[in-house]
Amino acid sequence: MAAEGCTALPWRDPDWPRAGLPCHSADDARSISAPDMNGLLRPAETEALLLSLEVALRSVLFSLPPAILIAWILARTRFPGRTLLDAFVHLPLVLPPVAVGYVLLLLLGSRGPLGRWLAGHFGMHLAFTTAGAALATAVMTFPLLVRAVRLSMEGVDPGLEEAARTLGAGRLDRFASITLPLVVPGILAGLVTAFAAGLGEFGAVITFAANIPGVSRTLPLALYTAMQSPAGDETALRLAVLSFALGFAGLLLAELLVRRLRHRREH
Amino acid sequence: MPAPAGLVVEVRKLRGAFALTAAFAAPAPSVVALFGRSGSGKSTLVNLIAGLLRPDAGCIRLGERTLCDTAAGIDVPVESRRIGYVFQDARLFPHLSVAANLRYGERRAPAPRAASRFEELIALLGLERLLSRLPHQLSGGERQRVALGRALLCQPHLLLLDEPLASLDAARREEVLPYLEALRNRLALPMIYVSHQFEEVLRLATHVVLLEEGHIRAHGSLESVSLDPALQAVLGPDLTGAVLEGVVGAVDAADGSAELRVGGGTLRVSLAGVGPGDRVRLQVLARDVILAVQPITGLSVRNALPGTVTAVADDAFGALVSLDVGGVTVLSRITRAAQRSLALRPGDAAWALFKAISTRGHAYRRP
Repeated sequence: MAAEGCTALPWRDPDWPRAGLPCHSADDARSISAPDMNGLLRPAETEALLLSLEVALRSVLFSLPPAILIAWILARTRFPGRTLLDAFVHLPLVLPPVAVGYVLLLLLGSRGPLGRWLAGHFGMHLAFTTAGAALATAVMTFPLLVRAVRLSMEGVDPGLEEAARTLGAGRLDRFASITLPLVVPGILAGLVTAFAAGLGEFGAVITFAANIPGVSRTLPLALYTAMQSPAGDETALRLAVLSFALGFAGLLLAELLVRRLRHRREH
Repeated sequence: MPAPAGLVVEVRKLRGAFALTAAFAAPAPSVVALFGRSGSGKSTLVNLIAGLLRPDAGCIRLGERTLCDTAAGIDVPVESRRIGYVFQDARLFPHLSVAANLRYGERRAPAPRAASRFEELIALLGLERLLSRLPHQLSGGERQRVALGRALLCQPHLLLLDEPLASLDAARREEVLPYLEALRNRLALPMIYVSHQFEEVLRLATHVVLLEEGHIRAHGSLESVSLDPALQAVLGPDLTGAVLEGVVGAVDAADGSAELRVGGGTLRVSLAGVGPGDRVRLQVLARDVILAVQPITGLSVRNALPGTVTAVADDAFGALVSLDVGGVTVLSRITRAAQRSLALRPGDAAWALFKAISTRGHAYRRP
C-alpha cells in the first residue's frame, strides 16, 4: 500500500519532496530509533506523537462545522438527493484510504484544479504539508463525526424546536439555542472518537502528505517506517503500544463524556 | 358572534385519510374549549391555528390580523404569530433552568418587557421556589405551570392549551387547574383549551366547540351547547346536564351552601369558597333532576322549580326532558316508563326537583 504511495505519483508532481521520500533509507531508520536518555520517548517518537496530536486536532477542528451542518441536513430535512448525500458522506468508511489520498492529490496537488487555484490565490499548498495531512485525516474521520452528531440530533425531540418556534425563535435561533446545546454530548463524543481515529490515519496521509519527518510522519507512519528498518523492532513495538494506549484512552473518554452529559440532563 | 378582536377560523385540512373541516368564531376574551373524543381533530385544529400545520384551504384571523389566508397567499410563520402554546407534554427545554425557560419567549417578544410582569406572573403561578431548578427536577404539575408561564411571557395575543392536564393524575391536575382559573380571571387573554374532560371544560371555558370526526357538531356558549344533543351523545347519560350561570346571593358558610340567582329564579346549591356577587357556573346533571307534575312538599329537596316543558327527546338512554324554569333550561333524564305514566308534552307545566348537593359548581369570575 505504502510502496504504491511512494512510487505511483511522485515523479509527476514537482512538489514531491524527494529528500523525505517515504521509501525508507537506512538514515531514516537510524534517526527514528536513536536512543534518548531524557525520558520515556525518544525525540523522533516524541516528534511523531506531537505531530499526530497536531494533525488529529487540526483535522477535527476543520471538519466539525461541516459535520454539524451535514448531520443537521441528514437528521432534519427531507429532499430527493438525501440518500445519495448520506452514502457520499459515509464513503471514506469503505474506501481504501489510499484511494482517498489519491483523489485529494489529484484535486489539491500543485497540478490539480483546486490546488492550482489555492496556490494562485492564497499561496496555499496542501499536498506534502502538515495541513495536508490534517485535511486527509479530516476527510477520513468525517463520517465518524457526522454519525455521532446526527444520532444525537435525531434524539432531540422535534417538539422542543416547535415549542421554541411558538415562542418566537426563528430557524437559526432555534438551532443555536435548542438543538445545538442538546447535541453537545454527541458532538463531544464524535470529536473524541474522530480525534482518536485521526491519530492513527495512515493511508490517506502517506499518499497525500508523504512521510516527511516533522511534517507528515505521524505515529502510524513512524511505526511503519520503523518496521521497515532492520533495527526498528523495538521502536515499532513502543510506537504500537503508544498507539494502543492513545486509542483506548480516547474511546474511554468519549464513553465517559457521553455518560456524564446524559446523566446530567436525564429527562 | 364574531366580535372585532375575536378569533375567526375557517379551515380545511386533509391528513391522510382524515379530513378536518372547521369554521367557528369566538369573541375576544373568551375561553373556547375544543371538546371531543380522541382523534376528533382537536390537536390538528390547534396546530393549524398555531401555524405548525398549514391548511389546504381557508383563513384564520385574530382580531385585525390575518394569520393565514390561502386564497390571498398569506401564511404568517409560527414564530411571528404571537400565539402562546402550552403542549400536553410541557416541552420545557431540558438544558435550561426554569428561569431560562420562562425568559426564552420573553426575550424574543417584540414589545419592551416590563419587569413587573415577570414577577407578577411568577407569583400568580407560584413558581418563585422553582426558578433555579432544571425541568427534570419538577413534578408534572409544576412543569405545566412553567410551560404556562413561558407561553404567557412572550406576550401572546392568544393562548393555545392542548390538553395540558391529560398526562397528569387527578392530584396533579389540581396543582394546575386553580392557576388556569386564576389566569382566566386576571388576564383578558383569549384562550383555546383542548380537552376531552368535561370537568375541565366546565371549570374553564366560556364557549365550546364540539368536534367529531373532523367536523364541528356544535358551538356556542357553554350554557347553550350543554343543551345540544350532539354534546349529550359524547358525554353519555352520566355527564349530561344543563350548565347554568348565576350570581351568588346569600351565603350560608356553616351549611356550605349558597343562593344562586339564575335567570328569574333562585337556586340553593352546595358551594364552598364563594362570596356574594361572584359569578358561578354550575352543572345540574340530568339524572339528578326529578320531575313532578304538581307541587310536592315535605321533601328534603332544596330546589323545586316550577317550569314549562319545552322538549321531550327519546334517545338511547330513555327520555330527556327540557324544562324552562324562569328563563333558563334544565334537563331531566327519566325512564321511558316514567315518561309513559307522566305523558309529558311541550307546553305542560312541571316542577324540577334537585338536591343542593347534587350540583357541580365553580366560581368562574370574581366580580
